Amino acid sequence: MPNYILPDFEVERRDDRCIRCRVCERQCANEVHSYDEENDVMLADELKCVGCHRCVALCPTRALKIVKYSGTFRENANWSNQSILEIYKQAESGGVLLSSMGTPNPCPVYFDKILINASQVTNPSIDPLREPMETRVFLGKRPQNIERDETGKLNNNLPPQLELSVPIMFSAMSYGSISYNAHESLARAATELGIYYNTGEGGLHEDFYKYGPNTIVQVASGRFGVHKGYLDVAAAIEIKMGQGAKPGIGGHLPGEKITEDVSRARMIPVGTDAISPAPHHDIYSIEDLRQLVYSLKEATEYKKPVIVKVAAVHNIAAIASGIARSGADIIAIDGFRGGTGAAPTRIRDNVGIPIELALASVDKRLRDEGIRGNVSLVVAGSIRNSADVVKAIALGADACYIGTAALIALGCHLCRTCHLGKCNWGIATQRPDLVKRLNPEIGYKRLVNLVTAWQHEIKELLGGMGINSIEALRGNRLMLRGVGLNEKELEILGIKHAGE
Amino acid sequence: MVINAYGLDFKELNAKIRAVGSDCVVEGCIGQRYIGEGLDGVTLKLYGTPGNTLGGYLNGATIEVFGNAQDEVGDTMNAGRIIVHGNIGDAAGYAMRGGVICVRGNAGYRTGIHMKEYKDKRPVIIIGGYTGSFLGEYQAGGVIIVLGLGGPSPYTGNIVGEFPCTGMHGGKLFLRGRAEGVDFPAQVNVRLAGEEDRAELAGHLEIFAYSFGYPLGWLLDSDYTVVTPNTKRPYKQLYVQN
Repeated sequence: MPNYILPDFEVERRDDRCIRCRVCERQCANEVHSYDEENDVMLADELKCVGCHRCVALCPTRALKIVKYSGTFRENANWSNQSILEIYKQAESGGVLLSSMGTPNPCPVYFDKILINASQVTNPSIDPLREPMETRVFLGKRPQNIERDETGKLNNNLPPQLELSVPIMFSAMSYGSISYNAHESLARAATELGIYYNTGEGGLHEDFYKYGPNTIVQVASGRFGVHKGYLDVAAAIEIKMGQGAKPGIGGHLPGEKITEDVSRARMIPVGTDAISPAPHHDIYSIEDLRQLVYSLKEATEYKKPVIVKVAAVHNIAAIASGIARSGADIIAIDGFRGGTGAAPTRIRDNVGIPIELALASVDKRLRDEGIRGNVSLVVAGSIRNSADVVKAIALGADACYIGTAALIALGCHLCRTCHLGKCNWGIATQRPDLVKRLNPEIGYKRLVNLVTAWQHEIKELLGGMGINSIEALRGNRLMLRGVGLNEKELEILGIKHAGE
Repeated sequence: MVINAYGLDFKELNAKIRAVGSDCVVEGCIGQRYIGEGLDGVTLKLYGTPGNTLGGYLNGATIEVFGNAQDEVGDTMNAGRIIVHGNIGDAAGYAMRGGVICVRGNAGYRTGIHMKEYKDKRPVIIIGGYTGSFLGEYQAGGVIIVLGLGGPSPYTGNIVGEFPCTGMHGGKLFLRGRAEGVDFPAQVNVRLAGEEDRAELAGHLEIFAYSFGYPLGWLLDSDYTVVTPNTKRPYKQLYVQN
């Protein structure tokens, strides 16, 4: 069948700089570069280029540049190049389009239309270099009342909590979708930072049990790698109901990614597909969810919080209200722009709602119903920087999950081809020659640097507002103003327009 | 040690069972959920009717129920034995990875859903009676055996319900008899059990014969139908890179 597909990129090679060292050729798992010995030239098959910039970064003479393919179909505002190419791909294969990472489409980013307040004249700002600033948060159920024994001493009726030095956690990314070295980097960074990383639904590698006190283990519909030891070692257990990048559908790790080691963590045979069906087969209602929440609590003797993770969808406020009554300690909400190791393009780009709107409406609903204290709220789905964290907390979140940002810290260049399993940066791959490119010793330090830097920025933003504790910012929507938002958007976000 | 479960909620009852920490008999079960979750190394004998998720995450213990059990018996079970002298509800052995669930009577919907196997772990579910619909959905490993000893289900006229083996991509299913009239999906192979299959089956059925007093020879004196997936990669051709 004829192939009409155009390249996404062009490889520009400055011949005056190229020394034919062939680093680019060795570094590219997509096999873009090759050497023609007869003519002593480097060649490039641009159709294979995913734009990951590995060759650019490692070229010793800076001879390489990857640029957007300049060829174009006849201009058409309705039929973009992308739309046309997608049809060619499907007409040639009959396949469902598969993509990775969060949607690249220009959907509104409400965080960018929200501005943060600062103190001027009438109330003092606080200098975080001079005064203590508290960024520590606790996640879990708050007791509804104070209990005392007959002598008047306080009964400790505090349900299990997670303590975070800063309201940021690494979101669920399974071993299988990302590499051993990526997992090790996340686990070590979480331990050093006093936060948590999340195993995702692929089980926990035996080498990482030692990071248990800083590990959240996930239980998804496929129940991969779930057993007593896995539940026991964790600091918290997350029930995965949904994911922002692909609400309403399941996951599917292809057999080629189930290597010997991944198979051990998932506890399934090597080379078989790991299918996570869309629903949990035992959850059709909030009552059923409650049953799984308590099943996990019973299995771990009520010693750890249970998180329920859902995708942000249209009725998220009602869904969250149900979850808050299910016995769950923490609700994690993953927004429309959230990342993924693989999702059908149409689902990723068209299903779900932005996290800002979901968070604002959930927080309001839980407050209105007087059950906000039943749960903590963790939000995800494209938290890109410390200002997003601060805005999320002011909208009502207790903490944020970061996934894509953490991977970028590890070297991800957002080429969005994780599902190919040939990540040149050693992150979203199981090929040993590629995995070793990510040194966990360096990777974990980069993550620690990132979160530490964000912590400093959060303190500065807090200090500017005259607030010295992150807890005092939570749900403090007066600290936010919208720009360029319509009345309905402002109403849902629960904030005023700038100038009001 | 005997525990009387009557009047205890699941939390109290399970705390008592854990506190005993050795073999015990529980009388008067009345729907308490999660009994025996994650236990290993002990034997529980239960009288009455235990509630949902009996023996969830079971890790080597033996649970014997002298009565019926409800939904999700052996949810995500890793090792051990659950023997039920009556009927069981829906979704038994959900994502079970190891051990044996052996039921004298009938089972509800979705028995053995997403059952797995791993290395030396090969879980087995044996249902003495008939099952509801969606038997072995997404089965990824292990062995499910349905005997239909009390005759076919009054709802479907077969010993299994509608839509068995949908999404099956691993493991093996044995049905006593020739499974005539059962509608299987395209991604499975259906054949009569051969010598090797029957030898394997005899091994699996020992616990059933022993537990419920059936002669093994009599159980085996029948045709058996074997269902296996015809590919481990049911979704391989579905996607195109974008």
